[in-house]
Amino acid sequence: MKKSAFEVGRSSARLPMPAYISGSGCIAGSKESEGPLARQIDHLSTDDKFGMDSWEAAESFLQKEAVRILLEKSGTDKREIRYLFAGDLLGQSIASSFGLLDYEIPLFGLYGACSTCGESLSLGAMTIATGLASKVVCVTSSHFASAEKEFRFPLEYGAQRPKSSTWTVTGSGAFLVTAERSVNVLAAITEVTTGRIIDMGIKDNSNMGCAMAPAAADTIRQHLEDFGRDPQEYDWIITGDLGQVGSKALIDLLAGKGIDISANHMDCGTTIFDIEKQQVGSGGSGCGCAAVTLAAHILPRIKSGEWKRVLFLPTGALLSKTSFNEGLAVPGIAHAIVLEHV
Amino acid sequence: MVNDEQIRISPRAAKDIQENSETLEGMTPPEAPSSAQADKEREDEKEAEKQQYNEYVKQVTPTKNLWWQMCKAFLVGGLFCVIGQFILNTAQSLGLDKETAGSWTSLLLILLSVILTGFSLYQCIAAWGGAGALVPITGFANSVASPAIEYKTEGQVFGIGVKIFTIAGPVILYGVFTSWLLGFFYWLGIVLGIV
Repeated sequence: MKKSAFEVGRSSARLPMPAYISGSGCIAGSKESEGPLARQIDHLSTDDKFGMDSWEAAESFLQKEAVRILLEKSGTDKREIRYLFAGDLLGQSIASSFGLLDYEIPLFGLYGACSTCGESLSLGAMTIATGLASKVVCVTSSHFASAEKEFRFPLEYGAQRPKSSTWTVTGSGAFLVTAERSVNVLAAITEVTTGRIIDMGIKDNSNMGCAMAPAAADTIRQHLEDFGRDPQEYDWIITGDLGQVGSKALIDLLAGKGIDISANHMDCGTTIFDIEKQQVGSGGSGCGCAAVTLAAHILPRIKSGEWKRVLFLPTGALLSKTSFNEGLAVPGIAHAIVLEHV
Repeated sequence: MVNDEQIRISPRAAKDIQENSETLEGMTPPEAPSSAQADKEREDEKEAEKQQYNEYVKQVTPTKNLWWQMCKAFLVGGLFCVIGQFILNTAQSLGLDKETAGSWTSLLLILLSVILTGFSLYQCIAAWGGAGALVPITGFANSVASPAIEYKTEGQVFGIGVKIFTIAGPVILYGVFTSWLLGFFYWLGIVLGIV
């Protein structure tokens, strides 16, 4: 069987042309505004309802606002955008559907749980690199309250949070991916490694980090194997939302396979919050966690050249309330993209 | 860094490369013919790996200190009881009989809990006090009030009406069922002359 020149190994692709991230926009809520990334986030609000009537409407507003900020910052008209690649954590992705309604841009609605940020950027970059579009926007969001409602208990219910649980980030990040290299280019997406569904039989829905760590380990191992690289060839290998507990599991899992990432592993969930002070359990999580950290923390450093090459892989836990109640385990997935300084 | 070659390749050129390249780089060796036994062995290996990982996770997952948790639960649960006792004594000293005073105690504790839930304070008490806040009647009130608040946006019928007992529902159902069961055995005992 003959392979395309751009298929690499089992799960990776080298893009025929780099897809440039030419702009970003992010917005976050009250808890994030007390966190270490607050100053780099474009828009912060102390009102987690953002003036809306419901949590779902608030999350829709997050996406709408992230895209608006992005278009405004990059001076782009919405009619120039060919496709939207969007997703969130709510049932049937209603935050994307209602938040992006008014833009009237052709939309691909995606669901990869918290890995959707990586999935949308992968697909956006692939569309750009193959010449099917010249400008696309990838946007993902999550909201603490709507996620609690969707996956756990009502917000006011007096449930105790286990130490291994994570805190869903209230926020959204939008990225403009273009074929043309603009003056304000932040980074280039050059390679993509798509994750598989990995189930290691973890049934504890308050320990998402450990449920997703095997998926992250699999994607990292596959990526390195596909391209024949060492982890040291990356300034950072950045996972989405494993938290403290999941990060430890990831490092140990890879160490077991002879891959050492302990020196250059970073997790968005432990970056966006101050774990000690903010009482967020093991760290932050959600589609918004990776997206906001990418926009506020990672891309500026790649742009400045401080970091030359980064492997960015948001991680997702593929469960629903129904699958959990029916006694199924929590499988994970992680989608990686390579971000390079240009 | 982006290498130059990558930038220069256009999709059309890509097609040419695809036709001409040998692409040995990413090829995986053809899989060995698999027999049912090999499949089973792989399955077993996977199962063992899963088990090993689950044990590892159990080890690395941080847990709360049980004794300290119990101590906090005792304090918070005890505090609610003290408040309850205070209401009971006050009601009795105002001349109510024991049963009516008891009803007033329950009602006022429920009211207190619902008000605290509405102001987002009860969850803070429960986060610290755990079972101490959940087991007394105040915890039950919280479990009814919180879905009512949460699902208000979905309407009076499908929101509050349908969802209000999502947490308390099982307690009510099995509570009623258990008392029915006990009543039945009590009746049986009377019929058989044991009780």
